[in-house]
Amino acid sequence: MNWAAIGAIYRFEMARFFRTLMQSFLSPVLSTSLYFVVFGAAIGSRIQEVEGVSYGAFIVPGLVMLSVITQAISNASFGIYFPKFTGTIYELLSAPVNFLEIVLGYVGAAATKALFIGIVILLTASFFVELSIAHPLAMVLFLLLTCLSFALLGFIIGIWATNFEQLQLVPLLIVTPLIFLGGSFYSISMLPPMWQTITLFNPVVYLISGFRWSFFGMADVPIGLSLMAIAAFTCLCLGVIWWIFRTGWRIRS
Amino acid sequence: MTTILSIRDLRKTYGDGFQALKGVTLDIQQGEILALLGPNGAGKTTLISTVCGITTPSGGQVSVGGHDIVTDFRAARSMIGLVPQELALQPFETVLNTVRFSRGLFGRPRDDDHIRSILRKLSLWDKKDNQITQLSGGMKRRVLIAKALSHEPRILFLDEPTAGVDVDLRKDMWETVAELKADGVTIILTTHYIEEAEAIADRVGVIAKGELLLVQDKSTLMAQMGKKQIEVQLNEPLTRIPEALANLDLAMGAGGDSLIYTYDTKAARTGITGLLNDIAAAGLTLRDVQTRQSSLEDIFVDLLKEEAA
Repeated sequence: MNWAAIGAIYRFEMARFFRTLMQSFLSPVLSTSLYFVVFGAAIGSRIQEVEGVSYGAFIVPGLVMLSVITQAISNASFGIYFPKFTGTIYELLSAPVNFLEIVLGYVGAAATKALFIGIVILLTASFFVELSIAHPLAMVLFLLLTCLSFALLGFIIGIWATNFEQLQLVPLLIVTPLIFLGGSFYSISMLPPMWQTITLFNPVVYLISGFRWSFFGMADVPIGLSLMAIAAFTCLCLGVIWWIFRTGWRIRS
Repeated sequence: MTTILSIRDLRKTYGDGFQALKGVTLDIQQGEILALLGPNGAGKTTLISTVCGITTPSGGQVSVGGHDIVTDFRAARSMIGLVPQELALQPFETVLNTVRFSRGLFGRPRDDDHIRSILRKLSLWDKKDNQITQLSGGMKRRVLIAKALSHEPRILFLDEPTAGVDVDLRKDMWETVAELKADGVTIILTTHYIEEAEAIADRVGVIAKGELLLVQDKSTLMAQMGKKQIEVQLNEPLTRIPEALANLDLAMGAGGDSLIYTYDTKAARTGITGLLNDIAAAGLTLRDVQTRQSSLEDIFVDLLKEEAA
């Protein structure tokens, strides 16, 4: 393993993050506060409780997931797309590194940034609602796995994209709808039966459900199923990336 | 002499069927400077990219210091530094971070003294905290060289290092290359400019349409390319070369209104004074005099014609 290379990529990517630390910090704080004002105060005042949890607290896991998933994707996709755009990818391709090392550097950095945002949102949320975490270890595990798996997906998108528009396309058209329809702001049990069944085909449901279980001990789907879903998703992304580097798809002619 | 880079029947066919390399075989000795000359699209960059791992070869073998570039890519690539043709840099990074990154990427531990000495040598130390966007084109080129040297490579590839670079930087770069050679670094550069090859190379290779047409010692090639012509334009067109000038080996220009004399610039006596005296003595009056040197392009055209014949 070329650990020096992994470290170099990781530090280089993190430097970009620290350069814009204020933006990185302020935007999740602001957006979380807005969600609490709109969903927590305005709408939440009419909903009161979902399955014994105050609506304000109920949406916290979904909010964290929403930001963590979008941040992990956008950081990882931008991180690998930008060298392609500027042409500096030549250096990665000519360096004594294999695909695993490149992925660890880029995805590790993107996951770290997403984790940071997730923590900032949790802290911001704790100013608005009373938060209790029933299974802290499971919470951390779910958070880490989500950061990692969606950073992997972002990495794939970054390699697939041939322009900046495409970079936005998958998050905008697929991921954001899946998150919003994945029970971020409601419990699946609140849906009509037919929609409950359809929703089960949305992979994000398993993530948010599992993450919410770690907070409140209640879930839409069994916790084991949630863990299996995220593990399968991580493996799928890793498999795709392995194939990309083996064939050189969109990176090596 | 030890062969540090061995290329055997290297072929590259791109996805669209374009054959960029049609079986190139070349041995490069440790510590030499090889200039690869060739017109645009000749395959120079593809050759470099394939050796460096940016493009996948379609056939043939390459070994760097005895390490195969596919099966033993880590050892092979660790020995190579590459300065690409395009000014490809991350625009918002500082010079220092960019160069440090390159060293780390090649698996070397952090060494600030080494980085400082490279940046000093390339007159970049004052700019170390500048963002890349703030640098001129020439400075960016220097940063690319600093990156390539950051991990102390034994072979340095310079792909068109002086394209669009001013005279000062070109001279600086030649000096840097000479210093690297003195340290035993092997250098392979591609260029359009024969002066560049003349100034720094030990051997010159000519590549065209994916084939290596020749590899020669510079001195041999320069002798071939040192030919110059002088064209004397006359006021009155001639029908044939006058008797008095018959022993000078002149050619008549199209239309008979000029005489063309070919000579060797490196010869002790070029015979130009004698030529002009003899022309005056023959009673011819001159309208204009032009000299021209056979360009690299002419050589390419000739070589390609020979290939086709």
